[in-house]
This record gives sequence, structure tokens and C-alpha cells, in this order.
Amino acid sequence: MRPRLILALFAVGLALLAIIPGVPPFWITLLNNIGLAALVAIGLVVLTGVGGMTSFGQAAFCGFGAYTTAILTTTYGLSPWLSLPVALAVTGVAAVLLGLITVRLSGHYLPLGTLAWGISLYFLFGKIDLLGRNDGISGIPPLSIGPWSLIDPKATYWVIWIFVLLAGIGTSNLLSSRIGRAIRALRRGGVAAESFGVERMRVKLVVFVYAALLAGLSGWLYAHLQRSVNPTPFGLGAGIEYLLMATFGGAGHVWGGLLGAGVVVILKDALQRILPAALGSDVQAETIVFGIVLVATLQIAREGLWPYLAALFPAPSPIAAPVDAKPLVRRAAAADVSPLLESEGLSKRFGGIIAVNDVSVAIAPRAIVGLIGPNGAGKSTIFNLITGILTPTSGNVRFAGEPIAGRRPGDIARRGIARTFQHVKLMPEMSVLENVALGAHLRGRSGVLASVLHLERAEEGRLLAEAARQIARVGLADQVDRPAGSLPLGQQRIVEIARALCLDPRLLLLDEPAAGLREFEKRMLVDLLNHLRAEGMTMLLVEHDMSFVMGLVDRIVVLDFGNKIAEGAPAAIKADPAVLAAYLGAEP
Amino acid sequence: MDSVIFLFLVQDGLVNGAIYALLGIALVLVFAVTRIIFIPQGEFVAYGGLTFALLSTGTIPGTAWLLAVFGAAAFVVELWRSRHVTTARKVLRQFAGAIVLPAAVLALTWLLARPDQSVWVNLALTLAIVAPMGPYVYRIAFQPLADASVLTLFIAAIGVHLSMVGLGLVFFGAEGLRAPALTSVSFDLGPLPVSGQNIAVFAVTLIMIAALYLFFDRVLYGKALRATAINRLGARLVGIPTAAAGQIAFALASALGAVSGILIVPVTTVYYDTGFLIGLKGFVAAIVGALASYPVTAVAALGVGLVEAFASFYASNFKEVIVFLLIVPVLLWRSLQTIHIEEDE
Repeated sequence: MRPRLILALFAVGLALLAIIPGVPPFWITLLNNIGLAALVAIGLVVLTGVGGMTSFGQAAFCGFGAYTTAILTTTYGLSPWLSLPVALAVTGVAAVLLGLITVRLSGHYLPLGTLAWGISLYFLFGKIDLLGRNDGISGIPPLSIGPWSLIDPKATYWVIWIFVLLAGIGTSNLLSSRIGRAIRALRRGGVAAESFGVERMRVKLVVFVYAALLAGLSGWLYAHLQRSVNPTPFGLGAGIEYLLMATFGGAGHVWGGLLGAGVVVILKDALQRILPAALGSDVQAETIVFGIVLVATLQIAREGLWPYLAALFPAPSPIAAPVDAKPLVRRAAAADVSPLLESEGLSKRFGGIIAVNDVSVAIAPRAIVGLIGPNGAGKSTIFNLITGILTPTSGNVRFAGEPIAGRRPGDIARRGIARTFQHVKLMPEMSVLENVALGAHLRGRSGVLASVLHLERAEEGRLLAEAARQIARVGLADQVDRPAGSLPLGQQRIVEIARALCLDPRLLLLDEPAAGLREFEKRMLVDLLNHLRAEGMTMLLVEHDMSFVMGLVDRIVVLDFGNKIAEGAPAAIKADPAVLAAYLGAEP
Repeated sequence: MDSVIFLFLVQDGLVNGAIYALLGIALVLVFAVTRIIFIPQGEFVAYGGLTFALLSTGTIPGTAWLLAVFGAAAFVVELWRSRHVTTARKVLRQFAGAIVLPAAVLALTWLLARPDQSVWVNLALTLAIVAPMGPYVYRIAFQPLADASVLTLFIAAIGVHLSMVGLGLVFFGAEGLRAPALTSVSFDLGPLPVSGQNIAVFAVTLIMIAALYLFFDRVLYGKALRATAINRLGARLVGIPTAAAGQIAFALASALGAVSGILIVPVTTVYYDTGFLIGLKGFVAAIVGALASYPVTAVAALGVGLVEAFASFYASNFKEVIVFLLIVPVLLWRSLQTIHIEEDE
């Protein structure tokens, strides 16, 4: 409850500022500007700080919102409140079109792309007759509520800050939901998220449009506060300023966006008054300081200011699973199909390298099959082929009788294949509970709107309770609140198993589950896997620890340089000359 | 369109393209050695052009003072960062490099700035003033971030861009400047008049490209710079001073920027913020070259120049829109080419 109390106090403080007589009007103007910037910065926090997509083009989306309402309310005489949905729709359509391209840009190409369309749109705003070219559009009516016209900045103040607080709360809600977990998982590349049914491009697009809509809202408010629009505030300079706010405030924290907006707007105002006098000219050189502040922030406090501020308050209690949540619905029991998983002539080439060559394997239901072979034999590649991370060059994979090769990872996960990774792919700063809950992504269905309004609490509770149950099952109940990255590597592998179990899978693919485990932990793992088998689980596991493999599995498949060189019961494999040659280098 | 206009546009496009090629190559160079997407490259163009223009009128350019500011800042910042480990010898060396050098350049400028000074002296002075800025900027802004991600470095580069444009405004004011042509020679190529200035642009670009090629491909030091880019830690392990590599890359970049500025200031009015858009067009070319290939970048830069020339003829209002939107499909193409799974990163 503490953070909510702080938020309520903050809101009361804001309200008092507008009510108490004698507050300088200049303060209100400044706060209005802060609110408008904060809307954009909060969107940018989700986009950049959480989603990992750095955008210099947010100011352009403000432009879409502002110009739409400017035209509708001046040329067509529409009421500002009726133009709001249109302004958001126009911004949204523009964001979808730009987003479809932008989210597909990789690495540093993405921010460069936003730079390119950000500049282009700015020039475009200034060249189109309908938008009044460089002069823009003036004579925009102020907002009005019933008979009251909100001409006074003090009146618009209320509207702006109600929107800002709603945006902040809604965004916090969004991030602490199932969708929010998927968004937070994007940043670490997202292969793990994809393997649990998160459609990476779709989630990225959702985030992109969400951030754009907040910017469009800010633009709409700006137009009615300022009563005129021109291209300048929607240019690259403004786009960079918004990014500065998000970075400086703390790009990973929703309220950091508000903090950054506050500091940057006040700093800008102060510099615009101080610098011309200090430099003895009328030039507006605040950008010099902004640039230095941006670089210094990156050098000294890459997480921005928010963590320092947050440290002054008691830490919010970690997200906990409700104890009384109803259990999730399990997968409908299907008749055993034998074999459950089957590959036929599976091959994968990377350029001239044949990583997997013509491998055919069949796995019976309820079997534990070991996949062994020296490093580079193609074991992990086979996992990636089965789970849809890679598409085979040739050959087939059938799961429960249906072909799955080349399907999307999410589609394959939905059918009931869950996996762990050789190189652990957890979100180190997220708690064990939340990491594991990501595995249950496909078992929830609430969308963005429900998450923003927190209408999905019941479902979220059931997902978290399922995660907690699986964590207890693998024996990590006492680690549930710790950041996943703080666990020893061996335990992180066990967390990955719990995450995989959250999918309620029929087939479990385990990539070196015992690596880094101590002896008694290995015995616990053997017990767990045997228990799962007794419940009807089928498993394929890659492992180098031979005593672990030999004691656990029913069959072993041996790979060497992408080829299957042997298959059979553990005892037979131990004596197989081809296997010995592959491992020890002896002549067969 | 008749053939003379056509040829004129081609010439115009190629001349501008040659400038973009110089900048694009500087950007590839900086990225290759430091992984920095060097947005402020254009500022060196503006600084170079304005410095040269002011020297041509016999004025001491603000950049001479700015160099001293950069040097002093680099000195103070480095002194602070190394306060626990530094030695008197090191401090002395830093003092020589960051305080004495700019002071010497300033004194030289003061001695040599005359309205009737020869073009060559002005040219050399401009380089002496602008080129050392690159290493100072690297030491102040980027050296502490040398191990950061490409993205962080990119945002830092935007910050440096903001500051340098602001400083440009303070030291040069909002007025644009032009300089007299480097040479008044001109001749007719068929129906098309060709100026010596344009020939100079081409010649300088070609010489620079050839020199860089030789440096990176034939000279051990150039190879060491490339190694730094590919694997910083590995380069350090085999004894390559990686911090020095970054400074050298930045020195080359600021020198190339200054040369570009000197080449354009006789033909276009240069303002304090002109460099940004010019630099970005070099960027379009560098992206086509995947921030890695000098020849592809150079050819792409000529393409950008041509597109821009014809766009300004057919749709002059939308020239910038067209040039910058062109980069988006290129980025998409480059992104789709670099699909890889993250398994073994």
C-alpha cells in the first residue's frame, strides 16, 4: 500500500498547488509543460527502458495528435472532446504503419530508423498545405467542459495532470501484468519469451503503439493549451529531449519518466533565463547543458535518477502469489500417440556447415530419452529445430502425429512442448516467481486494455499461483522472491525447469539440466524427473554427466558432427565402439 | 528536362555525393574502431567550414578558443578520473597534449590570421584547429563508456551532438558564412561548365579514400585499429593500446569533417547547425555500407547525392523527406540480413 499512499500524497500536493491562491501562474505554466512532456516520457519508458526500443521519433507522434485536432476543430468546428478519439486513431494508425517496419529493425538500426522517419515527418509537417506548412495552424479552440471554457492555463492544468496520473497508473498496471512480463522479457533478446508463446513482433508493436498513443494524447492536449501548432515542437530536437527525460529520470521506471520530465523542463526553463545573460548574447544555448547532462548520466548513473529517489522510500514488497487463487485449467488429457515426437531425416545447414545431418529419432510417450554427443555435435541445434527457433533445411518433425517443423515457436509451445536452455535465459533482475510465471504465458488471455485497467487480477493471481506451485515442486520455494540472477547457476537451471513446467507441457526438452548442480541437487533432480515421468511426462534431455544420464534415461541417442552414430539402451551405448571412438578418439 | 539540366544535376549530385562519401567514410571508420554511431560528425563539417571562412576574412575564429575549452575540459576530466593512479609524468604529458597544444594553435592563429593570408595557410590552420577536437571529444565523452553497448554509445553521441551544436551557436552565432573558392579555374566539358572547386572536391575525396584504404589494409597500425573494433579485449591482450586507437579514429574523423567543411563552404552558406543534415546524409551511405564497407559507402554516397539532386529538381519541397525515408528500407534490408539466434552470444 505504501507506493499508493505516496502517489495519493503527490496527487493531493498537485491539487493544492492549483487551489491555494498566490501560487505564481508561472509555476502552473511550468507544471503544464511538465505534464505534457511526462505523458510522452512515460510512453518512452515502456518503449525504451522496458521494451528495449530506443526511439528519437516520439515528438512526431505528438504532431499527429496535435495536427489532427487542430484541423478538426478549426476547419470542421468539431468539439475538442470529439476530436480526441480521432486524434488517437490517427496517431495509432500512423504508429502501426511505422511500427510494422520499425520493430523489425535490429540492434542499432532501430534507433537510426526512428531518427530517419522522425526527421522526415518533421519536414513533411512543414511542407503540407493542409497543415499550414511552416506557419502551422492557429485559432484552435480551448478545451471546454459544459459551459466552462478552459482558457486559463490553471483550468487546463487539471485536465493535463489527471491524464498524467491516469497514464502513470495505467502504465504501471500494464507492466505488472502478464503482457507486462512479456514486454519486460523482450529486452534480453526474447528467445526464451518466444519459446513460451510470446509473439515477439506483436508485443513489440503493441508497445510501440502504446507509447505513440501517449505521445498523441500529449499532442492533443498541447494543441488546446497552446491554441496553435507549428512543426517546431514535433521535430528531432524535441524527440531527443524526450529521450533525455526518459534516460535521465530512469528509463526502466514508469515514474522515472515523470521525474525526468520534471527535471528537464525546469532545467530548460532555468537555462533559458540564465544562459543568455551569462554568455552575453541572446542565443538559447541550453542544448549545450542538455548534451553534457545526457552524456554524464550515461557515464555516472546509467539507470537514471529514479533509483536514487526510490532508495529514500521503503522498497515495495515483491509481487506475491495469492494463496487462495483457483488452479489453472490443465491441458485436456490426450490419448497417447506413439511416437509422441518423431524426426525424419532432419537436417540443418548454416552456410557450408552441416550442423545436423539426416537425423531420425522417435520418442515414445512417457519415455526419457538422452541426447548425448561431444561439443558441437548438434544437440542444441536439434532442440532449436524442434521448438521452432530454427527452421530445418530439410526433413520433418512430427509431434503427436502432426508436422511442426518450421512452425512458429509459440505455436509449437501451445501444442505442449516446453524447454530449458543450455545458456540460461532468465531475466536476472526479475524475481524467480515472475520468471517462472512467464512460462504460463499461454495459459492467460487478458489483453492490453484489461491489463492497463487491472481487470485481469483474478487471472494474474492464478498464473502467479501456478508459478509458485511449480517453484515449490522443483524445491526452490524459499527462493521465490529473489532476483533470478542472484541464484547460483545450477539453481537457475532448475528455475528454467519450473518455468517450462508452467506451460503444462506434454514434452519437456531439457538442455544440460544437471550442469552446475551439486551431488545432492542432482539426486533431487533425478527424483523430480522420475516423478514427472510417473505423472505421464515425456522428456528429451541433453546432458554431459554420464552417471546422471545412465541412471535416468530409457534410451540414448548419440550424435557426432551432426550425425546420429548410435541409439539404444544405456548399457548397449556404453559398450558401443562408435560411441567410444567419438568420445575418446580411438579407432573403431 | 534537357540534357544540360540533366548533366548539371548529375554534376551537382556527384559533387555533393563526394562530400557525403568523405563523411560516410569517417562514420564507418569511427564505428569500425569504437562502435560509436558518430552523429556529431556533421558538427566538424560546420566547425571546419566556418573556421575556414572566418580565417579567409582574417578573423580569429571562435573555434580556436573552443579548442582550448575542449583541451582544458579533457585535461580536468582525465585528471579527475585518474586521480588515484596518476603519476607526475603522466600529468605532464596530459598537460602538454591538452593545454599546451591548443595554446600553441591559438597563438599560431593569432600570428597568422590576416585578410590576405594564403589559402594554404588557412587550410592548414583550419585543420590544426578542428582536427584535435576529435580526440578531446573522445576522451571527455566516450572513453569512460568504451565498454558500453552500441546503443548507449549512440545515445551518448546524440548528447555530444546537442552540446556541439549549442557550442557552435555560441562561438559562431546564428549567421551563415561563405568563403572564396579554393581555385577560380573553370572549364567547359561539352555543354557543361565545370569549376575547379568541383574538381578539387573529387580529387580530395579520392585521395582520402585511397589513403585510408592503404592505412587500414597495408599499415600495421591501421590493422591494429581494425582489431580493436572487432575484439577490444583481445586487442588489448596482444598489446594494442585501445584507448589510443579510439583517439586516432576520432582525430581522422574530425580531420575528414574539417576537410569536408573547407570543401563546401565556398559553394554553400554554412550555418552553425548545417553539419547535422549533411552528416546524416553521409550516414545514409554508411548504413548502406553496413557501417563496415568503405567502397560500398563511397558508391552509396554518390547515389545519395544523385537522388538528392534529382529530388530537388522534381520535388524540391520534399527533398529531405525523400532522402531520409530512403534510409528506412535500407535499414530494414540490413536488419533482415543479420537475423541470428542469440544462443551462443
